[in-house]
Amino acid sequence: MSAPEVIPASDKPCETFVLNVGPQHPATHGVLRLKLTMDGEYIMRAEPVCGYIHRMHEKMGENRTWAQFLPNTGRIDYLAAMAYNHAYVAAVERAAKIAVPPRAEYIRVITTELNRISSHLVWFGAFLLDLGGFTPLLYAFDDREQILDMLEAVTGSRLTYCYYRFGGVCNDVDADFIRGCRDFVARLRPRLKMYRTLVTDNIILRKRLEGIGFISQEMCRKYGATGPVIRGSGVAYDVRKIEPYSVYREFDFDIPTFPEGDCMARYLVRMEEMAQSLRIIEQAVDKLPDGPVLSSGVPRVLKPPAGDYCFAVEAARGRFLVRIVSDNKEIPYRVRLRTPCFSNLSLFEEATAGMMLPDALAVLGSLDLVIPDIDR
Amino acid sequence: MVDYAGRGFHLNVCVWPDRVVAAAELLDRNGFALDAVTGMDWIAENEMEVVYDYFHPADSCRVVVRTRVPRSKPEVPTISQVYPGANWHERETHEFFGIVFLGHPNLTPLLLPEDATYHPLRKDFVA
Repeated sequence: MSAPEVIPASDKPCETFVLNVGPQHPATHGVLRLKLTMDGEYIMRAEPVCGYIHRMHEKMGENRTWAQFLPNTGRIDYLAAMAYNHAYVAAVERAAKIAVPPRAEYIRVITTELNRISSHLVWFGAFLLDLGGFTPLLYAFDDREQILDMLEAVTGSRLTYCYYRFGGVCNDVDADFIRGCRDFVARLRPRLKMYRTLVTDNIILRKRLEGIGFISQEMCRKYGATGPVIRGSGVAYDVRKIEPYSVYREFDFDIPTFPEGDCMARYLVRMEEMAQSLRIIEQAVDKLPDGPVLSSGVPRVLKPPAGDYCFAVEAARGRFLVRIVSDNKEIPYRVRLRTPCFSNLSLFEEATAGMMLPDALAVLGSLDLVIPDIDR
Repeated sequence: MVDYAGRGFHLNVCVWPDRVVAAAELLDRNGFALDAVTGMDWIAENEMEVVYDYFHPADSCRVVVRTRVPRSKPEVPTISQVYPGANWHERETHEFFGIVFLGHPNLTPLLLPEDATYHPLRKDFVA
């Protein structure tokens, strides 16, 4: 009996088949569907099919007042709602020329950075779950719980925050919150060290992620990929540094970049970012000025001058841009939400061509997708 | 040139519809990244606007390129051969506004149902 003939992957396949992943699948973290054209275990073409959780936030923006749209912004990327609140209120503040008191800006930075850490912790747990490690999720959610409790005390919600207002924030932080921030910084630092020894240096994880899913700088630029994806390809692009907004100029923090462009690089960027966010929180709590948290001169009925205004922030997953168009009425003429996951996923097809299926799922996890953020 | 602090971008450029590809190529040569492609319905002027946002990965420079087409014949050439990331943005703008991107490889709905024939962000859209 002769050995079966082995077909090299580079040859033209005799037979391909279509493999459907999702829309309900643990690896897609939400309702995303992947249509994979397979040659055996190798992917020839991976086509993401979006829209299963499309809610048309942009149209909702056109049928309610400027302030009534605020809760919508917390429901686009539900894991990093603060940054989305921030971009929208700051865009309206830019249009209506509303000044924000310094204390409110500091509180915005503290809460956004706490939210960034909690979002990265969910990614950390879920990503390792995708790769087959269950334990880290339990540790990550334990840490995240502390953040949720603190943010619940000041904002009133645990996930879909609607805390910022035009001209500030709706509720001042108290001494408990400040103490909580300091305790949390002291708690998470050794935990990050533990994650390093427990997970990051684990040989199984390294073998699974190193050299897998290369994304070049050029590909990031052509697709508009931002956040940890572009920084994992070695580009130090961070909106907080390149277009500094709020009071980010006043803090000393680094932009972690890793030039490898593989899944491990994107993993390391996010792990390092949590440490940087802790630095920002620590400095902001120390410098937190006294004073009001909400500007007193904001009109009850807001009619920003006609025109087109943009505001970009660095959300947990990358660049989030809000474009508002006003025609000097109580309701917006147009609200455009440019979300990071949309652009980050759009390069998936090019990045995974010729890859093995389990590696492609590792790439999917390393992009840290939130599906409502893509579908809006 | 516009005031960044007041508007959120540095350079605002209005071009004819047949020049959007040339504008994209120029920005591509200068190292810009594609931010987004957006539509706008100016029903009072009977025009549709397509807005291209670009950012630079290394510099603080935001460029906005705009073009306007008549509402009766909203057609713009695609820039997806220059920026592959424009593929999805143009599909989205097509389904929401009914703006046709000539030469686009796959102008099917992205977020709306696959058989959708309506354009919900048009100002005269009735659900």
